[in-house]
Amino acid sequence: MKAPEIEFTFDGTTVTAEHGQSVAAALIADGQRTWRHTRIGGAPRGVFCGIGICFDCLITINGRPNQRACLIEVRQGDVIATQEGTGHAELSC
Amino acid sequence: MTDVVIIGGGVIGAACAYYCTAAGLSVTVIERGAIGGGTTAACEGNILLSDKQPSAELDLSLLSARLWAVLADKLGPDTLEYQTKGGVVVATTDDVSSALADLTVQQRAAGIDAVDLDRDELLALEPHLNPGVVGGAFYAQDSQVQPMLATARLLQSVRAAGATVLSGTAVVGFDRGGDGRLLGVRTDSSSRQLVRAPWIVNAAGTWAAQIADLAGAPLPILPRRGFVLVTEPMPRVVRHKVYTAEYVANVAASSAALETSTVVEGTTAGTVLIGASRERVGFDRTFSLPVIRRLAAGAVALFPFLADVSLLRSYLGFRPYCPDHLPVIGADPRAPGLIQATGHEGAGIGLAPGTGALIAQLITGAATDLDLAPFRPDRFQEVRAS
Repeated sequence: MKAPEIEFTFDGTTVTAEHGQSVAAALIADGQRTWRHTRIGGAPRGVFCGIGICFDCLITINGRPNQRACLIEVRQGDVIATQEGTGHAELSC
Repeated sequence: MTDVVIIGGGVIGAACAYYCTAAGLSVTVIERGAIGGGTTAACEGNILLSDKQPSAELDLSLLSARLWAVLADKLGPDTLEYQTKGGVVVATTDDVSSALADLTVQQRAAGIDAVDLDRDELLALEPHLNPGVVGGAFYAQDSQVQPMLATARLLQSVRAAGATVLSGTAVVGFDRGGDGRLLGVRTDSSSRQLVRAPWIVNAAGTWAAQIADLAGAPLPILPRRGFVLVTEPMPRVVRHKVYTAEYVANVAASSAALETSTVVEGTTAGTVLIGASRERVGFDRTFSLPVIRRLAAGAVALFPFLADVSLLRSYLGFRPYCPDHLPVIGADPRAPGLIQATGHEGAGIGLAPGTGALIAQLITGAATDLDLAPFRPDRFQEVRAS
């Protein structure tokens, strides 16, 4: 029996995922490859190692930046956003 | 044959090598592990005047701060991550604030650029500070380098000038002449078993007591452990080196028990470093959750936004503690040929260039920039004898 589907948003667009998928898997399945821009060169980043080691797949989940998309299970209603740089621009002073 | 053997490839050894090479001496640096791999790799890179009280250490700090600026100019400030960001000391109670104001009077008289700040001026300098702060002081001369980068850059420069740098090579003994004078060092390297030199500098930092024992000129250097926390990278959120006024008292204290004060600073890489703890527990590398908790709680009390910031890691280091809180710099009469350059405790980065310059002056017979008497290596024997 197929697992029930859940919905979350990525940069404001609703995405459907399978229950139990990681954020990275759900985004890849949706055709997304980029969900962060590096803090120095602004280069695009997505999933790389896929096993929690490389920290390339960092993403902002429910307002909290620097979450590893490959390790975190996507949840119903998650608000997920592309992370720009450190993800803490609002604190810059 | 080389003019000077320097034992230790940390920031102190690198600075000694730099100034000796600049003075025309041939230099061999011998480092047991990796370059800058001891205390240099486990600190924060502080070049502080703000935590100094009028003393011989302050004179050395003022000399060193001037020399760091010259080094940054010569070697390229970016290659050292040299930042003249200034320091901010924060008082959180009226009592501490008035004690700090008394200290800044003495510091100004001794040549430190210290400006008293009221609460509003403090918050204008550091917008994210807890609005409950009472007052503080600004120290324009406080600066920092990335310590491992600075050490590597100094040694790269001396190698380019012909010096030899041997890493992964331990000193295991000394060669002596009939008159007791040291003639060279024995190493564990099969290709360099003996390195002869008329001058041997002990810049082994926290491990200098072991070298001093081998030379028959013991020093009471003990490891004082400190933890530093590292946050996730941030934009510029902490503009200066910021610490609580209690830090000055803790630096000067001698207790073996755990002391913590709050020190927060940003880095070029974007991480924010949080210290500072001090405890004398030998060379114990065990992670200590209670220390980490205290440091984190102190930092959040000073900068409330940190409560929602993740820590990436922590590291610990052993600072070369000396019972009278002064470094040991000078020729050691108990072992002719031996020069001691250690005991800088938590101020080794800040005091390195002055130490190196003084040692080069001592070896070449030039007039020294400072009187070395307060730093003399045999002063501890006198204390014991009396």
